[in-house]
Amino acid sequence: MITNTFDVIVIGGGHAGAEAAAAAARFGARTALVTHKLSTIGEMSCNPAIGGLGKGHLVREVDALDGVMGRAADRGGIQFRMLNRSKGPAVRGPRTQADRQLYREAVQDILREYPNLTLIEDGVEDLIVEHDRVAGVIGQSGRSWRAGAVVVTTGTFLKGLIHIGEKRIPAGRVGEAPAIGLSDRLYGLGLTMGRLKTGTPARLRSSSIDWSGIEMQPADADPIPFSFLNDRITVPQIACGITWTSAEVHAVIGDNIHKSAVYSGAIAGRGPRYCPSIEDKVKRFADRDKHQVFLEPEGLPGSEYGDTVYPNGISTSLPEDVQEAFIRKIAGLERVEIQRFGYAIEYDYVDPRELTPDLAVKKLPGLYLAGQINGTTGYEEAAGQGLVAGLNAARFAAGNDPYILDRSRAYIGVMIDDLVTRGVSEPYRMFTSRAEYRLTLRADNADQRLTEEGVSAGVVGSKRREAFHVKRSSIDAARERLQSLTLTPNEARAQGIHVNQDGKRRNGLELMGYDAVDFAKLRAVWPELSDVTPQVAEQMEIEAQYAGYLDRQEADIVAFRRDEDMRMPADLDYRAIGGLSNEAKDKLSTVRPATLGQAARIEGMTPGAITAVLGYLKRAAKKSARG
Amino acid sequence: MARGPSDTIIALASGSGRAGVAVIRISGGGSAALLKGMTRLPTSGTGEAGGGVSRETSSTFPRPRHAVIRTLHDDQGGFLDEALVLWMPAPHSYTGEDVAELHVHGGPAVVEAVIGAALKTRLCRIAEPGEFTRRAFDAGRMDLTQAEAIGDLIDAETEGQRRQAGRLYQGEAARVFEGWRGLLVSAMAALEASIDFPDEADIPGEINLTALEPIEALAVDLEAALGDAGRLASVRDGFRIAILGPPNAGKSSLMNRLARREAAIVSPIPGTTRDVVEVRLVLAGYPVWVADTAGLREAADAIEAEGIRRALTRAEEADLRIWVSDASDVSRETSSTFREGDLRVLNKADLLNGDSPPLAGSEDVFVVSARTGAGLDPLERRLAQIVRDRLETDEAPLVTRARHRELVEEALAAIERGLEGARIGIGAELVSEDLRLAARALGRITGSIDAEDLLDRIFSQFCVGK
Repeated sequence: MITNTFDVIVIGGGHAGAEAAAAAARFGARTALVTHKLSTIGEMSCNPAIGGLGKGHLVREVDALDGVMGRAADRGGIQFRMLNRSKGPAVRGPRTQADRQLYREAVQDILREYPNLTLIEDGVEDLIVEHDRVAGVIGQSGRSWRAGAVVVTTGTFLKGLIHIGEKRIPAGRVGEAPAIGLSDRLYGLGLTMGRLKTGTPARLRSSSIDWSGIEMQPADADPIPFSFLNDRITVPQIACGITWTSAEVHAVIGDNIHKSAVYSGAIAGRGPRYCPSIEDKVKRFADRDKHQVFLEPEGLPGSEYGDTVYPNGISTSLPEDVQEAFIRKIAGLERVEIQRFGYAIEYDYVDPRELTPDLAVKKLPGLYLAGQINGTTGYEEAAGQGLVAGLNAARFAAGNDPYILDRSRAYIGVMIDDLVTRGVSEPYRMFTSRAEYRLTLRADNADQRLTEEGVSAGVVGSKRREAFHVKRSSIDAARERLQSLTLTPNEARAQGIHVNQDGKRRNGLELMGYDAVDFAKLRAVWPELSDVTPQVAEQMEIEAQYAGYLDRQEADIVAFRRDEDMRMPADLDYRAIGGLSNEAKDKLSTVRPATLGQAARIEGMTPGAITAVLGYLKRAAKKSARG
Repeated sequence: MARGPSDTIIALASGSGRAGVAVIRISGGGSAALLKGMTRLPTSGTGEAGGGVSRETSSTFPRPRHAVIRTLHDDQGGFLDEALVLWMPAPHSYTGEDVAELHVHGGPAVVEAVIGAALKTRLCRIAEPGEFTRRAFDAGRMDLTQAEAIGDLIDAETEGQRRQAGRLYQGEAARVFEGWRGLLVSAMAALEASIDFPDEADIPGEINLTALEPIEALAVDLEAALGDAGRLASVRDGFRIAILGPPNAGKSSLMNRLARREAAIVSPIPGTTRDVVEVRLVLAGYPVWVADTAGLREAADAIEAEGIRRALTRAEEADLRIWVSDASDVSRETSSTFREGDLRVLNKADLLNGDSPPLAGSEDVFVVSARTGAGLDPLERRLAQIVRDRLETDEAPLVTRARHRELVEEALAAIERGLEGARIGIGAELVSEDLRLAARALGRITGSIDAEDLLDRIFSQFCVGK
């Protein structure tokens, strides 16, 4: 009998791979992370920043499920900013720029803390497939390892091809060879695959930039950590610069646009609309005479990347000489030294409709995919998927049911549902506007939404569980106290709170629903509230502020879950359902939705088709009940 | 055979009763086999006319969408009828399935024999009411509003109803609903852009109240459409006229005159009509319900009192009130509830002996004799004119169904909440939430709602991306 060396093997050491390996390890699986270069585990290949709008939500959710990213960002973050600070709590997005070295080291340190996680340096060339399920991996070195489940997180490495002008270089990242064998294996499984592209700007030497005339954007004075386990940030904070392109810059780009890999037709893959190259911006928004460029240091002064600046906003695939020419026309960059040129990269992705909502490949049991291979972009999107894929691979190897997050529970659930239901036509990025239950799914309450669930799913460790239980009891206690403390309209007026003189007593939470009343005001009325911590007080304020909306949304969620609870059998023969158009049958057969709700979200699905499916399911249920 | 949504179904598609032609419709996967059997073609092989053989003969399967003459037989080979046969293979048919239409001679016996023979093959079953349309909808051949309109078209008895249903079917209403939803999505795009791309130079940072101006206008449109809904309900459900007046003024006689039949018992005993009696007629192409009510007076007993209460309720609900009084005795008139726009009928003109009653000659006062029919023509003409004036319009009817009305009301409530919120300065995410709920409600009318719409709108309007 052959015994498995590992329960779970994770291929790749990027942000998806790190989370997948850590999640499998937290579940208790004997886990291996195999990557071609151990030193690049946790590398930030592109923008040196974590979080943002929607993305910050993902990081908080990963953290609530005891993941790596939030903790690493707190150790590596050098410019914390709460985006949308002036707007409502649901749409605030924590973000930080990160020192690439500090961040990478933090990820590697955290991974080394898991005793049941082995890090192996080898490029994976192929999968071992036995009895129609995955059984391990084969390395380029010729070694092989057996496992109950495998998670593939190869990012842009699957047949990666870099474009700079007319130059094409097969690579997963600059200077790193692409993965060819693994890609062929996936094609061999009959998976629908495609090409996507993304791009990165040149890197600039900080000391060659004329910072004197450049507007600076400082970090927040009171940086708020990503991780629910941290209450402060100790890393020194820096500022970043903001400069602008000009008509002169656009002229250089416009004159040379035919040399861009994107415009010469050399690139087949589709790029993201929300992260356009500077060529795209100049061409598509020809009426704009300037575009913003953020100058983001990649490290603390004096550190490994301290002299490197990431110019956010000018990603490009123009030839080197043109890059240099247009960059040097940008204010402050007249004498800039380019450390590395920008490029576009094309890579294979697997149509995520090949996956179930636990990120398992439908056609090969035991195989899980996460990150850019599923058509997403962004570290945070990768991390969220990595956690779900790693956990489910471990659960699969141990014979447990999948753990699935739906759209009403988490941004991670929104993202995965979008992917497996609708597929992608461009690299998928999270936005808060993708989440229909946005007011409920906030960055500030990710732990209240997910940590307890994570405990039962087996992905949350004891330290976090205990910390969360403490926080939850203090929130519950504060809520109860606020509900029991009341004022009459006259008493309220005496405290300077103006409410309708309707004789109704209002409790603390109701009073905080008034614009002028915050927790500090209540503390002035009831001094016994002074022992409530600022975090808990903030939660109470948010609950009060959103009160009516959250109730309406809750009703919405109940209706949503009704359809989500209607499970669709995995072997359902859609051809046998009458009253379905061939188009609907094709779409349903491709996606094989897990629930009726998911079926309804498939693009182009008509209410009539869903009614027909529902009718069929109900008749089938009746038949089997009669048995 | 067991009933299922994938069965082949058959039904008489035209009206029942004697007619020149009756149309029998068959839909489903078994249509071809059934048609072959009934036209005595071999059931194996394609049997279809080959591309090279263009000549249509009675031994070939009909070409798609070409009318051909075929003899229909029962399973014993007996002659049923000679029929015009149309073959419309999936997906290009009404239901999206294989459809055959048999245009047979219109006698009930022929229809019964043909359908009976078809059922005997066990290849099909009788369609349930509305099942053809249901299948068309399920196959995505039409959206919800169109499917509903088909029902209305089939049910249309009057010209007004037909025109209204026709507009709905042509998707005019759907286009308007989609247009409304489009306005919401545009406004949301501006709000969402300020939320999701706060660092972008291209995007204003704060709630842009001008982005909400089209929504203010939309709220007015929705309100108007809902107000209009009363008129449209009248087109669908009938214009309501109540006949009111003191006992024994001849209300029932007048109604019978209008209805040209004895719908209400007419008697000289005051208080004969104790409940509301209604007749339906068509005036100016619109359905009209005329209600005869109990005479209004101090009631003699509890039953009559109840009748009077109902009469007053009906008067309240009516689109038009006709007050009838005895021309020879106008003093008994209960004019306290007379309103602007009501009609006044002075009945029993035949008893006047040529005297002119008071008020005669004023506009909207009609001197008639329900007994002899004198003076009724001007009254009917005036009624038809009122019905036409109130119901007819060139505008597209929009909110005609209770389901639509509820969703439009839901959308309007959400929009008003959002606009009020924006005025008092609540967060963009809350305004956007209300607009999202409104867009979702409108999307439900036609059955579409999509978050991708929003992102498409944002990316086409703004240059975003660092």
